[in-house]
Amino acid sequence: MSSNLFNPTRRQLLAGTAALAAAGLVGLRPGFAAGVDWKRFAGTTLDVNLVKSPRSDTLIKYLAEFEELTGIKVNAEATPEQQQRQKTVIELSSGKPSFDVVHLSYHVQKRQFEKGGWLADISGYLKDATLTDPGLVETDFADAGMVFAKDGQGALRSLPFSVDYWILYWNKELFEAKGLKYPETFEQLVAAAEALTDPSTNTYGFVARGLKNANTPVWTSLMLGYDMTPLDAEGKLRTTSPEAIEAASLYQRLMTKAAPPGVTGFNWAEAQSAFLQGKIGMWFDGVGFAPPMENPEKSRVVGKVGYGVMPKGPKAHASGTFGDGIGVTAASEKKEAAYLFCQWAVSPAMGARLLQAGAGVPFRKSVLEDPKVREGVTMPASWLDAVVGSGNVSRLALPVIIPVTEFRDTFGVALSNMIAGADPADELKKATEQFQPVLDRSEQG
Amino acid sequence: MSATTPEQAGVTIEATDGSQTIRLAPNYWPFVVPALVVVGAVIVFPWAFTLWMSVNSWTLGQSRNFAGAENYLRLASDPRFWESLWHTLTYTFLSVVAPMFFGTVAALIFDAKFPLRGLLRGVFVMPMMATPVAVALVWTMMFHPQLGVLNYLLSLVGIPAQEWIFNANTVIPSLVAVETWQWTPLVMLIVLGGLASVPREPFESAEIDGANAWQQFRYLTLPMIAPFLMIAMIIRTIDALKSFDIIYAMTQGGPGTASETINIYLYNTAFSYYDIGYGSAMAVVFFIVIVALSFILLMLRQRSQWIDQEGK
Repeated sequence: MSSNLFNPTRRQLLAGTAALAAAGLVGLRPGFAAGVDWKRFAGTTLDVNLVKSPRSDTLIKYLAEFEELTGIKVNAEATPEQQQRQKTVIELSSGKPSFDVVHLSYHVQKRQFEKGGWLADISGYLKDATLTDPGLVETDFADAGMVFAKDGQGALRSLPFSVDYWILYWNKELFEAKGLKYPETFEQLVAAAEALTDPSTNTYGFVARGLKNANTPVWTSLMLGYDMTPLDAEGKLRTTSPEAIEAASLYQRLMTKAAPPGVTGFNWAEAQSAFLQGKIGMWFDGVGFAPPMENPEKSRVVGKVGYGVMPKGPKAHASGTFGDGIGVTAASEKKEAAYLFCQWAVSPAMGARLLQAGAGVPFRKSVLEDPKVREGVTMPASWLDAVVGSGNVSRLALPVIIPVTEFRDTFGVALSNMIAGADPADELKKATEQFQPVLDRSEQG
Repeated sequence: MSATTPEQAGVTIEATDGSQTIRLAPNYWPFVVPALVVVGAVIVFPWAFTLWMSVNSWTLGQSRNFAGAENYLRLASDPRFWESLWHTLTYTFLSVVAPMFFGTVAALIFDAKFPLRGLLRGVFVMPMMATPVAVALVWTMMFHPQLGVLNYLLSLVGIPAQEWIFNANTVIPSLVAVETWQWTPLVMLIVLGGLASVPREPFESAEIDGANAWQQFRYLTLPMIAPFLMIAMIIRTIDALKSFDIIYAMTQGGPGTASETINIYLYNTAFSYYDIGYGSAMAVVFFIVIVALSFILLMLRQRSQWIDQEGK
């Protein structure tokens, strides 16, 4: 069931009206309902473990607001992604983590956290009116968010915090010069990419990640257009299916015929740098990398960038979706207080701040569809349209398995080899044979 | 407080010719214990634990099971491991030979007297002082196929653009170039120290005997600085074998696995895949490789020691 600001559900309408009225009466900031006993855990101290990013920077910036609202003291630590992942896994597997709240990358850590039993079940808290803002309902989150947040048994293990849809950044000036329109299909995408490519002027039609590991989501996102995912519902690999091979061939064609030389070593940063120079027609990557495009100090394409939803594939229209969430550790002795923090982190007020600063895209639909929030967004309207449009065709781009990193590494090497000229079918067969035992081992024990 | 007898204090009393000799029985253990504790905690225990983990199948977040030699057998049939071993040896060989050559040449140049020598020496050793990760980031941008200054410089002389670290065929030589740029000064300093200690008399005799510059270098300079070259080679070999930061920051072992050394593979296995047992087995095998190489180098060092005419 979905709803938006102009077509709210009865429950949302009543809850929202009541919350606003109550907030006005007691002088609370909008978004933090008076029905919730925010001060219930005053005096508690929480330890919060975050991934260093513009999203966690925003949380930390407004931390005093949460402390004032709840009387809870927060010790927040934000470490770079790789180090944070190592630290959390080591501490959580020890059974005695030093933190009550943990920030996790769903597309990498979801299954690992579930299997380890590291996150508390917060399904009950969501139904507790003294703990949960009435506006915080499952239906307010994008579908992908709830798929990420719930475990196999349907228990809510975290709250979806920020989503990253993969979109197509396109250089409108280069397209106009060649009389091209934004591609609506994969076929048009290839045609446009090749038409824009002119090595004599150092101009290339397409760029995406070529570096091992980083490149795998490009392939799996393309695969979604063939209505195929790397694993089926039973967890069997489908990486040698005709659709997977076609997606790999498409990747190979784009990366060898329309991408700049050396793309096999490009991560998102190199691809972004190349696009910012104004000599690349299209760049396929996460929506969260948009802010530098419109920054005159970093970009030569200010005002020239179009933001488009991923074109339709031969069998499906899908936008590869990634995301992160925030949850309460199962070992925490302050679960309810920790839940209040999570709730504040995904609140409409924080979501609006993320969106307006270009720091991230909240999973909550009510934030994306709020006209007042949209007014304050500094990015162009087409970017926000691409976000909303991608949300409508959103699908998880990586398999929900424990060895996600090995999956990305193994198939990433195969994709790198394809850029160097190897046969896609052979490479996928080899990679699948290598990865199958890793996948089998991961669910044992 | 009770009195301590001489026997209890470790003092032995012996009677000789009516007189008494007091001999203190040495009891050094209390002095050794702190060092033993430190060595045990930071060297012996980690190694024993690594060995133990290497015979277990253990992935973080899952249960641990005794696996015997399974991890080692898996290594033997893991093409990625053998490939990374080959990359390690290739990278190490090139990262030793190139700085050794350029460092020795630089030392010979800086040993001669010329204007501004001191200033130029100072400039020459500057790369060595830079942080490897910072060096890596700067060189990554310099190597960028479209935006990098290196391809721009090549274009000025009509040489086509190269892909440097972004191509599987050129990635290791490109990484070695960075390693050489940073560590040639270290070799230069060591060899320069050696050259400063070389006596002048044999060269005067050689000149009288008509030896040319090359003969003087080949038969006098080189043998006399050989111990210093060996020290430089040992330091460089150890450094290159354990090299991680520059490779990880520049390529993360890529493109594909074209620059993945054992250090990178081991790191990924243990800290990205959380496969602690397999990573430990890899660490043990790598340790054996390092010990074997060190043994060879130490033997060579013995042979390069200065000896006098009697062969003492």
